[in-house]
Amino acid sequence: MAEKITMAHGSGGKSTDELIDTIFAKEFDNPVLDAMEDSAVVPVTGKIALTTDSFVVTPLKFRGGDIGRLCVCGTVNDLLMRGAVPAWLTCGFILEEGLDIGLLKELTASMAATAKEAGIRIAAGDTKVVEGHGGMYINTAGVGIFPEETSGVTAGICASGAREGDAILVSGTMGDHHAAILSERMEIETDIESDNAPLVDMVRNLLKSGLHIHTMRDVTRGGLATVLRELAKASGKTFTIRESAVPVNPKVKSFAGLLGLDPVYMGNEGKMAVILPESEAQEALQIIRKSRYGSGAAIIGRVTADKPGELLMETDIGGLRRLDVLQGEGLPRIC
Amino acid sequence: MKTLDDVKAWLKMYDGPAMRIMEVCGSHTGAVSKNGIPGMLSDKIRLLSGPGCPVCVTPSAYIDRLIELAMRPDTCVVTFGDLIRVPGSEKSLALAKGEGARVKMVYSPLDILPLAKKEPDRIWCFAAVGFETTTPVYAALMEELIREDIRNVRLLTALKTMPEVIDWLMRSGADVQGFIAPGHVSVVTGSDIWKPLAQKYSIPFGVAGFEGPELLAAIAGIVRNYGRGVVKNYYPRVVTPEGNRMAQEKVDRYFEKADVVWRGMGKIAGSGRVLKPEYSFFDAGSRGLDEDRKKNSACHCDEVLTGRITPRQCPLFGKACTPVNPQGACMVSTEGACLSWLAGGRE
Repeated sequence: MAEKITMAHGSGGKSTDELIDTIFAKEFDNPVLDAMEDSAVVPVTGKIALTTDSFVVTPLKFRGGDIGRLCVCGTVNDLLMRGAVPAWLTCGFILEEGLDIGLLKELTASMAATAKEAGIRIAAGDTKVVEGHGGMYINTAGVGIFPEETSGVTAGICASGAREGDAILVSGTMGDHHAAILSERMEIETDIESDNAPLVDMVRNLLKSGLHIHTMRDVTRGGLATVLRELAKASGKTFTIRESAVPVNPKVKSFAGLLGLDPVYMGNEGKMAVILPESEAQEALQIIRKSRYGSGAAIIGRVTADKPGELLMETDIGGLRRLDVLQGEGLPRIC
Repeated sequence: MKTLDDVKAWLKMYDGPAMRIMEVCGSHTGAVSKNGIPGMLSDKIRLLSGPGCPVCVTPSAYIDRLIELAMRPDTCVVTFGDLIRVPGSEKSLALAKGEGARVKMVYSPLDILPLAKKEPDRIWCFAAVGFETTTPVYAALMEELIREDIRNVRLLTALKTMPEVIDWLMRSGADVQGFIAPGHVSVVTGSDIWKPLAQKYSIPFGVAGFEGPELLAAIAGIVRNYGRGVVKNYYPRVVTPEGNRMAQEKVDRYFEKADVVWRGMGKIAGSGRVLKPEYSFFDAGSRGLDEDRKKNSACHCDEVLTGRITPRQCPLFGKACTPVNPQGACMVSTEGACLSWLAGGRE
């Protein structure tokens, strides 16, 4: 097989078959996909959760992860946030001419390993080749199911679910993924790693606990402030968080400081915010901390009703800062 | 006052003469919002944002010229991210990009070097905006261009200097009783550069860092020195009285003082720098970019930049003018007063 992707790999002919046989079918090995039908048929009962996402990250590999792992985590976490159990995944690969086939293999293997970790099966796929400079993009769709035993818990989980007297928790440090990508892109040497991770174990443990979870939301683009402000607006409640309580890796903090960025506006790919009654907050915190990827969890704030839709932060020096969704592009300062 | 708590209590209880203090620097504006400082001060102390965001004070003619260059088939404009969304007289670089303009975003001026080496047949033009802080980096770029004999890089400069614009503000009757002097600028220029202004107008200057406690200490110091023409350095770990001599010398080697136009303020004598005539080969036509037309006539950026109104007093603020659809430059940059006030919920 050639070393690089060429237009022939997207022709639908021999080269495409070769690519599918030697890479995708081999890595994603499962009976549904192996049938190689025009569409996958899978058994489902009851309601399902459906989501789609596209992944365009550069570089394709970064410290702590790669586009293959990322696309599974992103899709799986979106399903989990509604309380669904991730079941099926589809993936459309858009490859640019010149992409290194060895790299494609590596990224596909990473995708397969992450899917295995998350317990989601890859049921359908597609490959196209476009002109370009060796890049690649992945579009996914995910299907999640709602098992009978947790249906009572999951029914009420939604973006507008926060109530007065709730506590706000996050599952770990903020801004890691954003900082990792940015440092790679700017060629600034750091050992900050992306936190891209599927939060299956954490969500499963929370749902099993019988706690009264009102909202779960993964903290992705736009960072914690953007996510919480949207949830405050959706619920019509006031969210107040303490700057000193928001966990940030000191390396991320200093990296962000260097670039004039703010960790509360920097994205993650393996962290979530959880909102539930304050009386259950300690128990939830212990559950998250004992779960995979949750060791850095913290209670960061509370929900009140005095200023509907607002997100406030008590700053380290004792000021009060009103936070809005991310404005502008989060680019580094220039002077 | 010994502890941070003393400073905080004093600033909250202050009941002396009312003071309007301008934070000249865009990064200070950001830090003030970020730390929630306005709410920690007595009603007698008011903080105003000033003209210290480089892309905010760039006149429309500069943006128009950049677009003209970027539309040339053999030229690619290289810029910091903030600048691409600043409106020119008709459109921004971002819009022009959709029409075929070649624009590349980078994080450092020196990033242009590998680009120029890789494609030697293309002219790579850096949008060199900035204050005293960034100008030494452009001087370093010039040094490299000459050392490596790279002939396909140009600079379109919009380089500004702070003391002259502060002088202009005070001459124009700005209602300001103290200045938080820009920290990064002072690293290069030294804190002594503010002395003539402090003495001329009998107003205190406090050189401040960007952490909350540093800003609070500087504000308290400025307030305590009401009516006195003094300069105090509250950022001594990096700012010295004389500044970074080596950076100053490098700047002086390639650039000379010039009268330049500030968006919304007009031409201010000696308030900028341009490449010296002997380096005009590297200049993409930076002189004489004086025209300054507003995209939206209701835009009040000029009054915001000079502290005559706060961003919230502009009729477009948060309505017709938003980060997604900015009408003026102050809503574009993360250092811009309007965006900072909007994002920081500052009243």
